[in-house]
Amino acid sequence: MPKRTDISSVLVIGSGPIVIGQAAEFDYSGTQACRVLREEGLRVVLVNSNPATIMTDPEFADATYVEPITPEFVEKVIAKERPDALLATLGGQTALNTAMALDRDGVLEKYGVELIGANIEAIDRGENRQVFKKIVEDLGGESARSVICHSMEDCLAAVDQLGYPVVVRPSFTMGGTGSGMAYDETDLHRIAGAGLDASPTTEVLLEESILGWKEYELEVMRDTADNVVIICSIENLDPMGVHTGDSITVAPAMTLTDREYQKMRDLAIGIIRSVGVDTGGCNIQYAVNPADGRLVVIEMNPRVSRSSALASKATGFPIAKIAAKVAIGYTLDEIPNDITTRPDGHSTPASFEPTLDYVVVKVPRFAFEKFPGADPVLTTHMKSVGEAMAIGRSFTEALQKALRSLESPNAVFDWHQEWVELDKAAILESIRTPHDGRLREVMDAIRAGATPEEIFDATGIDPWFLDQLALINEVATEVTEADELTPGLLRRAKRHGFSDAQIGKIRGMSADVVRGVRHALGIRPVYKTVDTCAAEFAAATPYHYSSYDEETEVAPRETPAVIILGSGPNRIGQGIEFDYSCVHASLALGKGEGGAGYETVMVNCNPETVSTDYDTSDRLYFEPLTLEDVLEVVHAEQAAGPVAGVICQLGGQTPLSLAQGLARAGVPVVGTSPDAIDLAEERGAFGRVLAEAGLTAPKHGTATSYPEAQRIAGEIGYPVLVRPSYVLGGRGMEIVYGDEALETYLEKYVAAGLISREAPVLVDRFLDDAVEIDVDALFDGEELFLGGVMEHIEEAGIHSGDSSCALPPITLGAHEIARIREATEAIARGVGVLGLLNIQFALGSDILYVLEANPRASRTVPFVSKATATPLAKAAARIMLGESIAELRGAGLLPATGDGGTLPADQPIAVKEAVMPFNRFRTPDGAQVDTVLGPEMKSTGEVMGFDRDFGTAFAKSQAAAFGPLPTEGRIFVSMANRDKRSMIFPVKVLADLGFEILATAGTAEVLRRNGVAATVVRKHFEGTGPDGEKTTVQLILDGEVQMVVNTPYGAGEGHARLDGYEIRTAAIRANVPCITTVQGLGAAVQGIEAARRGDIGVRSLQEWASR
Amino acid sequence: MPTHAPAILVLEDGRSFTGEAFGAPGETFGEAVFNTGMTGYQETLTDPSYHRQVVVMTAPHVGNTGINDEDPESRRIWVAGYVVRDPARVPSSWRSRRTLDEELREQGVVGISGVDTRALTRHLRERGAMRVGISTTESDPTALLERVRASAEMTGLELADEVTTQEAYVVPAQGGKRFTVAALDLGIKTMTPLRMAERGIEVHVLPATSTLDDVLAVEPDGLFYSNGPGDPAATTQQVEVLQGALERDLPYFGICFGNQLFGRALGFDTYKLTYGHRGINQPVMDRTTGKVEVTAHNHGFAVDAPLEGSTTTAYGDATVSHVCLNDDVVEGLELRDTDGSLKSFSVQYHPEAAAGPHDAAYLFDRFVDLMADRSTDTKGA
Repeated sequence: MPKRTDISSVLVIGSGPIVIGQAAEFDYSGTQACRVLREEGLRVVLVNSNPATIMTDPEFADATYVEPITPEFVEKVIAKERPDALLATLGGQTALNTAMALDRDGVLEKYGVELIGANIEAIDRGENRQVFKKIVEDLGGESARSVICHSMEDCLAAVDQLGYPVVVRPSFTMGGTGSGMAYDETDLHRIAGAGLDASPTTEVLLEESILGWKEYELEVMRDTADNVVIICSIENLDPMGVHTGDSITVAPAMTLTDREYQKMRDLAIGIIRSVGVDTGGCNIQYAVNPADGRLVVIEMNPRVSRSSALASKATGFPIAKIAAKVAIGYTLDEIPNDITTRPDGHSTPASFEPTLDYVVVKVPRFAFEKFPGADPVLTTHMKSVGEAMAIGRSFTEALQKALRSLESPNAVFDWHQEWVELDKAAILESIRTPHDGRLREVMDAIRAGATPEEIFDATGIDPWFLDQLALINEVATEVTEADELTPGLLRRAKRHGFSDAQIGKIRGMSADVVRGVRHALGIRPVYKTVDTCAAEFAAATPYHYSSYDEETEVAPRETPAVIILGSGPNRIGQGIEFDYSCVHASLALGKGEGGAGYETVMVNCNPETVSTDYDTSDRLYFEPLTLEDVLEVVHAEQAAGPVAGVICQLGGQTPLSLAQGLARAGVPVVGTSPDAIDLAEERGAFGRVLAEAGLTAPKHGTATSYPEAQRIAGEIGYPVLVRPSYVLGGRGMEIVYGDEALETYLEKYVAAGLISREAPVLVDRFLDDAVEIDVDALFDGEELFLGGVMEHIEEAGIHSGDSSCALPPITLGAHEIARIREATEAIARGVGVLGLLNIQFALGSDILYVLEANPRASRTVPFVSKATATPLAKAAARIMLGESIAELRGAGLLPATGDGGTLPADQPIAVKEAVMPFNRFRTPDGAQVDTVLGPEMKSTGEVMGFDRDFGTAFAKSQAAAFGPLPTEGRIFVSMANRDKRSMIFPVKVLADLGFEILATAGTAEVLRRNGVAATVVRKHFEGTGPDGEKTTVQLILDGEVQMVVNTPYGAGEGHARLDGYEIRTAAIRANVPCITTVQGLGAAVQGIEAARRGDIGVRSLQEWASR
Repeated sequence: MPTHAPAILVLEDGRSFTGEAFGAPGETFGEAVFNTGMTGYQETLTDPSYHRQVVVMTAPHVGNTGINDEDPESRRIWVAGYVVRDPARVPSSWRSRRTLDEELREQGVVGISGVDTRALTRHLRERGAMRVGISTTESDPTALLERVRASAEMTGLELADEVTTQEAYVVPAQGGKRFTVAALDLGIKTMTPLRMAERGIEVHVLPATSTLDDVLAVEPDGLFYSNGPGDPAATTQQVEVLQGALERDLPYFGICFGNQLFGRALGFDTYKLTYGHRGINQPVMDRTTGKVEVTAHNHGFAVDAPLEGSTTTAYGDATVSHVCLNDDVVEGLELRDTDGSLKSFSVQYHPEAAAGPHDAAYLFDRFVDLMADRSTDTKGA
């Protein structure tokens, strides 16, 4: 069936900010979909509040709305654009829930918009557990026994029937929010209670425990002609009980006979038909009892999911792209398989099932160190913030590559440690509970002599996987015990995925020496191709992975290549923003329209990204970003043809940290030189650059002990900002207000080994009341292009990644911007920047301080690019390869005149707001972790609010990040003493707008003296009053407060400090906007005023650009 | 557990690979072919169509689920040799009884592991299926190459006699008998008569050498030809039996080799594909419905028939009913009366699956419907 002719415009909804459970994979799928729909001649209208996405680049849609993904705003877009159809299956649960709300409210019907992909009934059938269970039964399949509950009484009754433990699953929540395993009644009250709250339908499902069973997933695709294919099977190494997003997963399934696999396949096909997903992809999860093979269907997602992205990368079958095509009427046999398309145009069709001749392993990356107190036990509630994928010709090779892709020294297996008598019993006990790093402990258990049976009993990990781990250990033992590292042994270790560094550690030599020996012996990896068909047909798409096998498939080329190093697994502080810059570099340097005509080669290991789409660059190497792996790729590409250079400055800290090693190995690193990068990171040298330019840094010093630190703090005065020397994303950074806290800090970090003679603690003057400013700029050696000047809304001290900011700056004048420009240029010149530069300034008492300079793409590059409609990363890539800013102005890549520091008067205001993952983390006893912001970055993603004035833009940013600001009702205010003076005016405005102000006694007193009536409410620690008066926390949890304003108290403020914690966590649980800074309050007031005017409209980026 | 003993593999064009011995020690020869299935190695090993072939598995890990008692598709392993990259040391399945390595040793099947199977597969794809030798006793590739070149070629070989049952046997119908089918065993798989029996067919499995009289002696409602090894062009007797049956208007259903013989009976030629279709992910379009099915394939030869239009034969009008969407190879034939009603049909692939997807199981229903229609017609006449 060819393309439908009755659809000419489609609205695509993205997934909004990156949060745990919904990450960059939806940018990948959404970008693919937009691209396909436009190629088909459809008008594409896109809504996505996340500026760091490729899909929101104006060229991917006809009308791009960077607006909140709420039913209210999407309705405005529909009313304005009047699309024929809505495609909501590619934007995760956010898009699906929004589409369902629009349908429920009658919006789709009112405007005659057809939902394509999956219809409402199908979504309901797929997500309503009872209906779904019935469907599975009718198909002759089984589900876990379960009971649906709408109240705690229901839950208690259900447990009588099912017994403990029971799984609690709230309906209609994303990434398993609110699910958990209850082992007793206390657990049940806690988990099911939260689940009932979290579910939009106040519904949870209690289910028999299938903990420890084998877990599988199938990715399924269907077209309008009812052709159904299975794209990929995935097996979880971690058995049931760990959310699949937190599990180590393997594709294809490793331990299924054909009989069992076909049973799953038959059920999958039956399910997609019965649920009625007309067109597109879905994902179905199964559990298998290892003892007798009993198969139960767990659930299905009637949409493209995180696993779909993984399956696409694992197989080379572009699920989102094909899903978009079948959604507009094509059948699978009409869609060519890109991978096997020959130069003459012949290809095999997409109506087949990919077959793999390699093994894919995905491993999760966690961020527990960012959330002190958070329970690191893995449950059915997803906690990982990113993932890495690796491909190898065997499981052992793929697994070890995946582990080193995580870039965490604790992830890889390590035999180096002096043999201590490992306590087998203790290890076996520890691995009984799934947690980050369990796999390494499983390896320890093997080393300690535990039998496969003992480990299986403790973990439920399949014996086949356990034997593979034992095999890795045997190889390590051979390497340990061998008299010499023979070519045969070295080759054997490499075939099982050992890195040069691992081998070096075992043999007591450096990775460089191992590499030297290996190269002398001619032992190098070959590069195989992901081709969807196990080599049955010739592949045209150079999507490669390394393996220590015999034959390489890298094709020779004549065009010079540029190798772009990606950013690896997402983590807090390094996410989609860096992938955005890498993709832009590829577009700017490639052979496409407006490109510089190089062959672009991408190296990355993050399956969630656009950069690892085989369409993005001319060649893709799905490889770990370690020096060894990158050197081998460079070697292979140099053998294939000329290499113009390697780009390290766009993928964040990961590639930047490789620059020096690459340069030492003779690799041409383009852009800012590795020495210049080091200069910017080294305090002393950088200090000299500042001194020469006459710039000021906050007073600072370094210390390795408490007395030293105390002396420095005494000199510069409290509060001070303290942090270990080498940190990412503000790790370990704290603001300290006195000696006692300073001593505690030093004790903690010295004990953790993070502070030493080589890595002293940095003590900086903390600038209270200073305005923090972020700058992204381009420098070509001659000219400076100021990309954007961002003014933080929160005061200095909150990590720049967590603070909201406005562009153009809202309170800085031309004079300040001129000073900033001058300082930026001096630093760029002094450091020797070629490409992008990010500087953080603080402006206090009219002194401009330089806090930090990073000669690389920053997290804010996509935000600035989008807000100013200037592609900074593209320009940076071209500068690195030798073009000047003047030339880029001439080529139209940069504006002919002016820059981000000279924006026109009618420039709209862009507000960036960060999104926090606090609701994902609990302490082991079930309490929420604290939500206070500080110098250590905690956010996972961001949104952009874009409009004419600051208030409206801020209101949009809040609506996009947390939900709309209230326009009426009650606002609870509780301020730290130091903030009480500044709050009076904004709170008065709120009272004048008609809000009822609730406050704690001290705050209320100050307000009353200033003529603002405030109702005093009981503090949390005071408990419920004699007449049942609720405490603040109770009021928030009961939904009687519409907004919370609470600034964190200092250490001297006793009970209030603890109360603040309870108040903020209650606000998170109740999903009430919670403002924690005075500056944020001011912004909120402006936002509320804008919202009350009721004139907040929507406008596409294209319209803004042509204003 | 596999030993680390060396083994070599040599192709008739001289390319050689080194690896480790796997399965039984010794030396073996056959036609090198690759199979792209990610599951179902036990079914593959025991599929008689692989007789005299050395099978290269593209899936790198083989043997993970061991060997069980339920999944064999015939009484023994037929492959002449087995090439894998990473054989499992420890199998994992609640149904597993022994390891793949043990099974290969017990049945005397020589294999090789540790080979770059992707390189070997690409070579076969570009150069075509060819003769190969594997040896754990010879260390000189040149010496082995001589013996490879002296071994038999697949083209022109008639092999049905070597795999067929010696004695006729009956697979009883399940849940009430509706029809009787005479099934010629040219290398039949266990699942095939079961799929018919499930639909109320009593299946009389007959040796490959059976005559038309032998077939008619079971008073069949339909005739069935199975899959099997060898060159269809080298087969004459079964083609004649089939032509006799068609003359008598006996409904016919053929699978794989049975499709090629049907083609020959209708006057089409067959030819050898460069490297064949062997896997469980092949897209085939049923041109009568326009639907695509994902199917199990195992064939090195194909029927040469015009894709468009029909061909008039002595028995009716023949059309190509199924094509492989990857390469437009004929995957099914239909024979119709002048009034357009279906008389006989066959497919080149494996609706019985095992291993493979069940998408094409409807073809057994089609056979049942055909026999039902024809018997009504006969009764009506």
